[in-house]
Amino acid sequence: MRGWGSALVGSVVEAWDELRIHRGRVLLSLIGVGVAVAALAGVVGLGAIAQQAQIEQLERGSGRPATLVLGAPYEIATGKPGDTAVLADAVAVAVARYKIAYWGSVGYTQSMVQFRDGVDFVDTQTVSTSYGPMHRVQLASGTWFTEYDERRLAPAVIVSDEFYQRIGSPNLETSPTVTLVSDREITVVVIGVLPPSPFDSTLRMFMLGSAFAAIATPTAVAQLSPAYEFWVPTESAEQMTTLLQRDVAGAFGAGWQVDVSRQDYLAWEGGGDPLGPIRVVLAGIAVLILALGALGLVNISLVTVRQRIQEIGIRRAFGATASRVFFAVMMESVVATVVAGIIGVGLAIAIVQNPWVREQVAPGLLDVPPFPIEAAVLGLGAAALVGALAGLLPALVAVRVKVIDAIRY
Amino acid sequence: MSLLQLEGVTRSVELPGGEKLEILRGIDLDVAVGDHVSIVGRSGSGKSTLLNLLGLLDTPTSGRITFDGDPLEKLSGARRDRKRGRDIGFIFQQFHLLPGRTALENATTPLMYATGRQFWNRAKIAADMLDRVGLSRRLESMPDTLSGGEQQRVAIARALVRGPRLILADEPTGALDVETGAAVMQLLDDVAEQSGAALITITHDANVAALARRHYRLDRGVLAPVDVTRVLALEASGLHQ
Repeated sequence: MRGWGSALVGSVVEAWDELRIHRGRVLLSLIGVGVAVAALAGVVGLGAIAQQAQIEQLERGSGRPATLVLGAPYEIATGKPGDTAVLADAVAVAVARYKIAYWGSVGYTQSMVQFRDGVDFVDTQTVSTSYGPMHRVQLASGTWFTEYDERRLAPAVIVSDEFYQRIGSPNLETSPTVTLVSDREITVVVIGVLPPSPFDSTLRMFMLGSAFAAIATPTAVAQLSPAYEFWVPTESAEQMTTLLQRDVAGAFGAGWQVDVSRQDYLAWEGGGDPLGPIRVVLAGIAVLILALGALGLVNISLVTVRQRIQEIGIRRAFGATASRVFFAVMMESVVATVVAGIIGVGLAIAIVQNPWVREQVAPGLLDVPPFPIEAAVLGLGAAALVGALAGLLPALVAVRVKVIDAIRY
Repeated sequence: MSLLQLEGVTRSVELPGGEKLEILRGIDLDVAVGDHVSIVGRSGSGKSTLLNLLGLLDTPTSGRITFDGDPLEKLSGARRDRKRGRDIGFIFQQFHLLPGRTALENATTPLMYATGRQFWNRAKIAADMLDRVGLSRRLESMPDTLSGGEQQRVAIARALVRGPRLILADEPTGALDVETGAAVMQLLDDVAEQSGAALITITHDANVAALARRHYRLDRGVLAPVDVTRVLALEASGLHQ
């Protein structure tokens, strides 16, 4: 055992000495590997940021995992929608019982808004204050709804960029107002603006459900038929689905249909990870880069070993076994690539964590992920693997050196 | 006590035409612990081939070699390598110091293949040995900054750091001038005697060979005892070539 310990340490020391003495050559040979590892770790790191950006985008639409949706109940026999007051009471009891912190109603309607150039229809989404954190709503300016906004006499609205430009992009600190036109004119205050979206140029706005109920006609409120959303822990999503369905259905009695289902992106049908294809493409590029780095290293290692035949012969004369020579040459390659890997990972971290780079990859990211540990581990593991593979061929050449010929060489 | 024994050893190689070239023929040699043997021979007489066999670097075509009572053919390659590292120290004509490494690092090389205290205390052991050969002030010197005599002294220190029982010196003064060569040989002889190791010197220089206690001559692959004083006398009269 003692012999193994000294052999192992000896091999590492020999490898390190060799790298130290030939640092110029080693440095040149490792540039390729270092760059490849930086690319590999960088691609994984940037991939994590891009993935986070995509997740946030998905969560804006469908809510954060696990988001449950309770649709408007209806009578099975007639299809008649249930009483919204009964539904609201049943939901309030259920969220108190199961201690659900983030929940709220969501409804879709259209409002008529008086712009300078005339009245236009605006897609209106009624939400609760919880909707913002549940859907990672990002604002270009202004603030999301707070409890204060529930008590406003002039309801607050958060509008799309298109809407905002239509009203002349006023300073939000001046509390700009617009007029909703229905059976009467209602003034609302713009408190926030959504970021511009290249694929969506519709006039849209958010309004608190409670505010809408206060200003809308009874008919409009009745037609809204809101759904309820609940943000629950992922591990208890299935159980909560069953419990919410049971409790709300119980409030309506027999003959009523109540549907609760999970709607966040992790529960989407079609299975698997929606980000899987991106990951596969990124991994493929990284592996290709690494393979090119490895080829360069093999080439240089082979030439180097041929230049070191006499040295290997001398070492054999002084007791180095064939396996020791094999291991030492292999270790040189592995130690060198691991050092290159550490530098490469460091470079990747510097690139990925750079705010400018991050902004280019994922503009407007809310939760910036830390540099993924798996990217660092993968980079170092790949470097060691490349070192072992690149060292294999030279090590085999070194073992085949004939001591006698090598010393005479 | 016998350390190294060669009985009827032959070594031949196959030429490209399929013909066999016999380099060594019927070699018998018995080297005891603390012995000092010299082998003289002209270029092409088979000296290097014999050295490789004595140093367990090669195996004979026929015959038997035993080291420390162990027949060579019974040792695996790895065990032979380990035995060589532990019990045999080499000194080469061209020194063969590793370039880019200091005198101390060169002297440490064999200890990298040792185990236990020899391995962990390798720097101190090597420094002590360099001190013993008079190079305590050149520990950090690179080979290319050392004189030929100093390089050979580093090589001697390197050969002795593991306390070998057999020292094989292949033309140890071949690359040195006469005066330096004599000093190096005196040092080698002293150090070998102090350590109790057997010393086999292979040389074409009768003066170097004369320092040994037993003398052999290798001629066309045949090893035979020789009276080295007669060779020296012949050399002095200019009759010996």
